[in-house]
Parts: sequence; structure tokens; C-alpha cells
Amino acid sequence: MSVHSNMEFFVDPMRCIGCQACMQACTECDTHKGHSMIHLDYLDRAHSVQTAPVVCMHCESPTCAEVCPADAIKRTEDGVVQTARKPRCIACNNCVLACPFGVPKMQTEFKLMMKCDMCYDRTSAGKRPMCATVCPSQALFFGTREQIEELRPRSTPINQFRFGGQIITTKVSMMAPKAARAEYVDVTAAMNEQATGRTITLNILDGMCE
Amino acid sequence: MTGERIKATGWGVLFTLTLAILIVAGSRNLSHFDAALVGYTFAVLFATFAITYRYAMWLQRPPTALYWKRGWQVFFRPSYLVTNIANWFKRVIGEFALNNFIFKRNKQRGIAHSLIMWGCVLACAITFPLVFGWIHFETPPDDTTWYRTFLFGFPTLAFRIHSITGFLVFHGLVWASFLVIAGVMLALRRRMRDHGAAALQQFGEDFLPLILLFAVSVTGLMLTASYTWMKGYAYDFLAILHAMSVIFTLLWLPFGKFFHIFQRPAQLGVGFYKDVGEREAPALCRRCGTPFTSRQHAEDLIRVEKALGYRYEIEGSAEHYQWICPRCRRAMLVLGQGKLWQDVLGGESIHIDFPPALPQSSLGNPRIDFGPLGDEDKRNFHP
Repeated sequence: MSVHSNMEFFVDPMRCIGCQACMQACTECDTHKGHSMIHLDYLDRAHSVQTAPVVCMHCESPTCAEVCPADAIKRTEDGVVQTARKPRCIACNNCVLACPFGVPKMQTEFKLMMKCDMCYDRTSAGKRPMCATVCPSQALFFGTREQIEELRPRSTPINQFRFGGQIITTKVSMMAPKAARAEYVDVTAAMNEQATGRTITLNILDGMCE
Repeated sequence: MTGERIKATGWGVLFTLTLAILIVAGSRNLSHFDAALVGYTFAVLFATFAITYRYAMWLQRPPTALYWKRGWQVFFRPSYLVTNIANWFKRVIGEFALNNFIFKRNKQRGIAHSLIMWGCVLACAITFPLVFGWIHFETPPDDTTWYRTFLFGFPTLAFRIHSITGFLVFHGLVWASFLVIAGVMLALRRRMRDHGAAALQQFGEDFLPLILLFAVSVTGLMLTASYTWMKGYAYDFLAILHAMSVIFTLLWLPFGKFFHIFQRPAQLGVGFYKDVGEREAPALCRRCGTPFTSRQHAEDLIRVEKALGYRYEIEGSAEHYQWICPRCRRAMLVLGQGKLWQDVLGGESIHIDFPPALPQSSLGNPRIDFGPLGDEDKRNFHP
């Protein structure tokens, strides 16, 4: 079983309303029953409503797997980076600390790293991941490229991210404005950015209905 | 052949030769060596070479090599040596003998693993010394109702053949097979019923080891049944069948899931590394200022990432992306996307006069989410 090649995961954090439905649904997945693998952070709770829903981006060259001393993290042929293999993981935390997206979670008492595996029991059987199934604002969307292009004509999926001198290419894409013509999302350039809400921007809806 | 392979081959040859010498010496120049078991001996020798080869290759990967070195360094650090030795005993009992962490993962998984593990430990403790000629039994010439056990040719325990001790000793492999079969049944039941396991399991990795353990146990039991109740019916055939299943299992040791038996002790080294990390300087996130791991761990990861060819260096005071905590990484990812939209949408901005601090992200739902290092966070970092 593998994830069908034309089905893709698209994330658009700007659409997230912080409802936490994804977190609750994530705990229902059979590959990590009872444990939510999705991260939902408030970026600046006191001043902004902006939230950060983060799933595993499933890197083409996963840093977590490369730095694993036990060789416990495997990427399947369909590009999904699986959670640590239970017999091998020695709970060293390398993956947790090296992942550029801050995704893996260490279950210390289990001596096991667990992470989002795109609900592999579901996606490998042609279903959508739990989080994408329940996301009301479609900040987390699982479908074909044609579907997302039709739904978001002003956006384009980007699957490259820059971290200092390193570009990481991922299986999961992030929606970015088409007009920006960006090749990648520059993550480290946003180190000193403020969460939305600290600055109120007017007129942003101009032209949106055209 | 690359340098790594030459090194691994060298270690493989060294360990195999050492074992061969120990077999010859321990069996007193093969005088107690049972020629009928020669097939098993060669299978063990081959497995020794292959396991050592794979282990040596594994140890040469940059992250493994660094942890291997650091594990020994922190264990023998004089100021922590006494605590480390105490922790070593505590962890060997809790994590290895009792499988505590596996029970916490899942009770059924813990029971299955304990049964299989103790069955295999018992079986190996009996068969390996017998096959190598390190243990043999002799009947004292003056009393044929007694057996004396010889270890490396030295006389040890004696017991009456028809006694409870004798019954328990001679049927040691039967008890081992009962444990293994029960464990394999539980493990197979989980693999056939659990949807999560069904999505990820592979035949060679997950099923074959269980099938092999089952085959070894059942064919071994059939041998006992043959000579106990069936007057040795089909004994020769069963002996060959059992030998084939054991030899195949030995040869499979280095390749599949069984290799975790040799990898797992690395967990001890990791424990000592973390212990020392907790007591020494923490790494402070260069964006939010929060301690998120030990300084040594962050510096070691920078070394490993460079050795692997990653270039996470950042211009400015942060220097390297490894100095940013996981929570800030997630925030920066989203802020990076937000910046793209802000640049495009433009508009007229009203700046509110908040203090110019950087946004401090917090967990959306601390009841079902937690810091990246789980319990360790609560103990040491992200207070």
C-alpha cells in the first residue's frame, strides 16, 4: 500500500482559525492512536489571533532520518517519512532537535519518537488524513493539484523552504501568493517578523472579489 | 572497496576468529565438541561475521559515531562515574530485563516482547554453550544415576538424572519454546488486527522474524514429542528440519528486525549523554531565549549536520539554525509564509504601539500537545 501519487497535502497556515479540530482528529488515527501529532501554536497570544498549524512536511532528504544514530526513520517510496521504527528508536532526541520544521515529538516514557506520518493507514488506502478531513477552513487540504488550483486561484503551492544556507524540498506544499513568484519560503528571513495583529493592515480585501 | 567496508570487514574477521578460538579452547581442543552440531557452529560463525560487519558499518555513520564516542566519554567522566554505574544497573534491570518502556507503549506488546525475549535468552543460554562444546555432561563412573555439568571442561553442578532438577534442565528448551510460541502468537494477533500496524508492516521486517521463531520452537518441540511419545518416529527428518529453521534464523540475524538486539544497548549510552546534558550548560534559543536542550547536544548536532553536508548556517547573531528551538522554528515557518502574503497584499498599515518584543509562541492545547522533548521538557527545559 502507498499514497497515490496525484494526491497531495497542501497547508495554508494563513487560513487557520485555531479551532483545534485537527489536533483532536489526529488522535483518532490508527498509526498513533491517542496521540496528537499535529502542532498548533499561538504565535503571540497576547497580541494576535495568528496560529501556526504544523504537520510533517515530509522532506525529500529528511534531516531527522539523516541525523538518527539508530537508522530508525525511513522514507517510503511514496515520499512519506514514517514515524521512528519502534524496535530501533533509542530516544536520543536528535530528530526532534534537528528537524528544520520542529515537527517530531519525543515520547520519553515510551523511549520513542513519534511524528505525523500523514495518517498512513488512511492515505495509503486512498483516504484523507484525519486533520484534513476535519479542517473547517481548509488550512490543511489533501487532494489533487487541480482541485487546489481551482479552489485557490490566487495561490500557488511551494515545496521549497530556505533555512540559512540550506534549501529543503518537501512532499507537502505550502500555499503562497501567486503574485509573489517566490521559489521558496524563506524561513530564517522571518526570524524577526511579528505575528499579524501587531500591525493592522487596511485595504487588504481590495480586489479579492475580482 | 571503500575504507569503511575494509574497516568493517576487518572487525568482522577479528570477532569471527576470536569466537572460533574460544570454541576450540572452551571445548578443550574440540574434545567435547559434538560433530553433529557443526552446521550450527558454522552458521553462528557466519552470523558473527555479518553482525559485526553491519555493526561496524553502522558505527561509522556520522551521528552514530559521535554518539558512540560521546556515550563512552560521558560514562567514564570521573565526576559522574559512580552515578553512571548506579544508573547502568537501574536501566539494565528496568529497560532491558523488565522491558518497562515497551509495556508503557502498549501492554500487549510488552507481554509479547517479554515472552519472546526471555524465551530466546533461555534458549541461547542453553544451546550456544552446548554447540560450542563449552558445556557438557558426564556420568560419574561410580554412580550412573547422576549427571555432572562441566563448564569449559571444569566440573560444576551435579544432579540426579531422575529428579525435578534433571527434568527442568533437560527440558530447558521446551520451556523456552513455550515462552516464544506464546509471545509469537500475541505478536501475530496484534499484527493481524491492528490497522496501524497493518499499514506499515513488511513481510521481511515484521513477519519473517516471527515465522522463523515459531518454526524453530515448533520443530524443536516436535523433536521432543518424537523421542518422548513416538519412539523416535521421523526423528532424522525433524532434526534436519529443525537445523534448517535454526540456521536460517541465525543467518537472518544481521539483516532484519533481529538486528535491534545488537542496536538497542545504544539506549544506555544515550541515557548517560542526557544525564550529563541535564546537569551542564543548556542551549538557549537564539530567538526566544528559552533553554531547549543541552549546549553539548546542540553543538554535537551542528557537527553531525556539517558532516552530513547540511548547510544550516545563518548570517547574523544566531549563527546556525540549530540554535533555534523547535517551537520558534514552527513560528518562523508560518511567519515566513505570512510575510509573502503581506508583501503581495500591501495595503495601508496602522502600527500599534506594542512593546517591540518578538512573538513568543505557546502551545494551542497543552492538554494534548506538549513540548518537543515530552517529559524531559517538564524536568529540564521549557519550564
